[in-house]
Amino acid sequence: MPADRWVGRSLPRVEDARHLTGQSLFVDDIERPRMLYAAFVRSPFGAARIESISTEDAMEIPGVESILVPSDLDGVPGLKPMLHRDEFVAIEMPLLSGEAIHHVGEPVAMVLADSPHAAEDGAEAVAVEYEPLEPVVSLEAALAEDARAVHEGMDSNVLLDVPLPEDPEVDEAFERGPFVVEATFTTGRVAAVPMEGRAGMAEWDGREDRLVLYTSTQVPYIVRTAIADILDLPQQRIRVIAPDVGGGFGLKCVVSREEVLISIAAQRLRHPVKWIEDRQENLTAAFHGHEQRYEAAAAFDEEGKLLALKADIACDVGAYSCYPFTCGVEPLMAATEMPGPYRLQRYWSRTRAVTTNKAPMAPYRGVSRPQITFVMERLMQKAAKRVGIDAAEIRRRNLITEFPHESPTGVVYDPGSYIECLDRCAEALDLQAWRERQEEARREGRLIGLGFSCFAERTGYGTRAFALRKMGITPGLDNAHLRMDPSGNVTVMVGTCGHGQGHQTTLAQIAADELGIDPAHISVRQGDTESTPYGWGTFASRSLVIGGGATKRAAVLLAERVKEVASHLLEASAGDLEIEEGKVSVRGSPDRSIEVAAVARAAHLEAQLLPEGEAGTLDANAGFDPPGTFSNATHGAVVEIDPETGEVRIDRYVVAEDCGVMINPMIVEGQVRGGVAQGIAAALYERFVYDDEGQPVTSTLMDYLVPTATEIPPIEIMHLETPCEFTETGAKGVGEGGTMGAPAAIACAVADAVAHLDIEIDDLPITPDRLRAAIKGSHEGNTR
Amino acid sequence: MKDILPMKITVNGREHAFEVESRRTLADVLRHDLGYTGTHLGCEHGICGACTVLLDGLPVRSCLVFGVQADGCEVETVEGLESEGRLNPLQEAFSAHHALQCGFCTPGFLMLATGFLRENVDPTEEEIREAMSSNLCRCTGYQGIIEAVQAAAGQEPEAAVDASVAPEISENQREGVSPLRDAGDHAQ
Repeated sequence: MPADRWVGRSLPRVEDARHLTGQSLFVDDIERPRMLYAAFVRSPFGAARIESISTEDAMEIPGVESILVPSDLDGVPGLKPMLHRDEFVAIEMPLLSGEAIHHVGEPVAMVLADSPHAAEDGAEAVAVEYEPLEPVVSLEAALAEDARAVHEGMDSNVLLDVPLPEDPEVDEAFERGPFVVEATFTTGRVAAVPMEGRAGMAEWDGREDRLVLYTSTQVPYIVRTAIADILDLPQQRIRVIAPDVGGGFGLKCVVSREEVLISIAAQRLRHPVKWIEDRQENLTAAFHGHEQRYEAAAAFDEEGKLLALKADIACDVGAYSCYPFTCGVEPLMAATEMPGPYRLQRYWSRTRAVTTNKAPMAPYRGVSRPQITFVMERLMQKAAKRVGIDAAEIRRRNLITEFPHESPTGVVYDPGSYIECLDRCAEALDLQAWRERQEEARREGRLIGLGFSCFAERTGYGTRAFALRKMGITPGLDNAHLRMDPSGNVTVMVGTCGHGQGHQTTLAQIAADELGIDPAHISVRQGDTESTPYGWGTFASRSLVIGGGATKRAAVLLAERVKEVASHLLEASAGDLEIEEGKVSVRGSPDRSIEVAAVARAAHLEAQLLPEGEAGTLDANAGFDPPGTFSNATHGAVVEIDPETGEVRIDRYVVAEDCGVMINPMIVEGQVRGGVAQGIAAALYERFVYDDEGQPVTSTLMDYLVPTATEIPPIEIMHLETPCEFTETGAKGVGEGGTMGAPAAIACAVADAVAHLDIEIDDLPITPDRLRAAIKGSHEGNTR
Repeated sequence: MKDILPMKITVNGREHAFEVESRRTLADVLRHDLGYTGTHLGCEHGICGACTVLLDGLPVRSCLVFGVQADGCEVETVEGLESEGRLNPLQEAFSAHHALQCGFCTPGFLMLATGFLRENVDPTEEEIREAMSSNLCRCTGYQGIIEAVQAAAGQEPEAAVDASVAPEISENQREGVSPLRDAGDHAQ
């Protein structure tokens, strides 16, 4: 390997220039002649029956060309994601709801007009008569004995219920104790809020007799599969393109009804059809996540070692299952990964997906790990208090240290630096001096707190791991195709589909090291089912591990091909050749060398120089489907609470993380910081609220509080590196860790600040009203 | 029923005269009537600031201004920041400090910072944070944006990017049109 490798360096991003100059291409930047614009008529009720739909007035609006109502879709199936499990109830998400309404914002009709303005006018003029029903808007209401069934014909609102068998040894551990902590924890419903909402532009390509869909997606191939099934078209007659995508965070790794509907309209009308979601639709009619309740208990021995854990988990999954992951994605993830980074002898869980009259749940950055980390870390903090040891010490006594570690749920953890990250964080925050500082602050009437969160971030898991979920279609594998052109430049085509993570930069770095050429001579293509190899796209912190692994494998093969061709030109054995800095040379005889560009030229344009059969294209394919690998980190936060307003200010935020080999440290830090910002948001600011009537009351960015630069503090990051043995590059994923660790770190810090007031922080978000009320309601707070 | 009015505006130094429906916003006009698609719409209710442009030198939310209100005005958009194919110091700083990921909010932040730095040539970090809190970014956690504005103001926060390779790659990016356009070309 050359001493000067490209991997590991903070190369500036190839993506930046186009975004900085206004030359990027998002869906709404695409214009076509004769294009129609779609606007949706959406239900204003959370639960209702539709009596009638009249489009007469709407068709009179100037510019309105066509209106699609549910009866136009007779025989067209909706989206029906599956889990092959007896405990699962499949629910079909209709494309347009013609009979029953299950949440505010559900699409009832689609208006197509010659301008977006006319389409909205038309949508307003569609007359729908509803018979409102009593909506079911909370977990408690949905699980009540006499609850109305959200979906007609069901006898309960539970769509998935997976209890582990009763284990007498768990109960025994709880009886033995001696320390048992238990609590009910809740986390708020949140929305991903990518700055670009969902968006699509579908057109019928008459020349190729096929559908072309530009869509703001993380998973082009999965969108293609869904649309092919619904439109009954062969997949090769559908081309799905993800142009620049303005953030996804999971919201765009599921298939939306609207993407399918504009495709149907484009096929039927032979007009290009564009739909650009507005922010209110994005907040109310897209997908939510993370609204969960845990009834959890943990038993510890005298020394604070965790003996047993019980968790009864309920996820409010809203009205439908998301395609393809289903409503099982949160509850199954939560139950499987609940033990997190801790050694644990006995474990019992029951996990449920509960349907309500709210927008459906989809994976959102972290998927249940922010919640289980919050629960586990708060249990640790409570236990530390009971056992009488410090918050870092109890974690140190329980963190996994021997690898591979198998959790009670059968998940295998590869080597990481769990203790080391905790120690780094504790040192950076000067834990030793902390109690004194805190005491002093308390004497001054100030509330300051320090909190840690330790967690394991499972990333880059392939088919075998996903198959355990028993999804109707199983994610996991990915592929790379590398092609060298006659000038010696290389195109990397991948099935992953970055949307801000800088894959065009990092995948080029990986390929550059294997090919011995400058990454400036490598272009990365993604997000197009026509020109990239098959792949599952970008979600679950998989792309750098799986797409990067496939890229490396293909680059190794391509380098072999280059050497083979060069061996004829240099009259040397291919095995004796090496490629460095754009030159193929005979090992040990650097004067016998040839430029890679000259090899590429010969292979394509001077085939007569080569033996028959050796010329032609220089390319290589490879796939990768790894078992998965765990990144790990500890977050530490120092907060101060204003006792009068209940406002929490973050004074310091420290991350010690280990994602294995860093391909580009700058990009790793960007992922961590952005993730932490979303975690802080879920801890303190963001909560999607429905009132008792099932009406969303946080339907604008005035009410749904995405934090700004004044709320998010500078985040200090320390890196440790435990290379992964089975990811080709040694890298582990790092896309979600920030979001996983931050809610727990903030909650533990706030809990620490008010520990002397006997206030427990078991509900997120910690909004000023909640915290102020708790402080004022406490004994000390009252006598202050 | 449509209320159509004539208007003239200058965008990045170039004059445009055309007719516009009165209800079209300045963002609609820039993006769809004139093709300046670098200005993005993130919320259309004046919170996220992705659509920020300079109107007669001052940052405005172009989603909250009607096109016709800009009649006779000078507008500056993200497309006007580079000159002769060269990124300006603020754009360079955004790249060097990893102040962007998905890039959707980036034009709004660039225009906000451009207006801000014209008024406040030597801002404190706190002033920068306060000003940048006008806009939303969902990817970066803001730190890179704050540092980039500091750097553009001539202060010297440590760059995120590897300084030893930055100039070389940067030069490559700007040689000819291919890397700039190539990266954005999704094989339509």
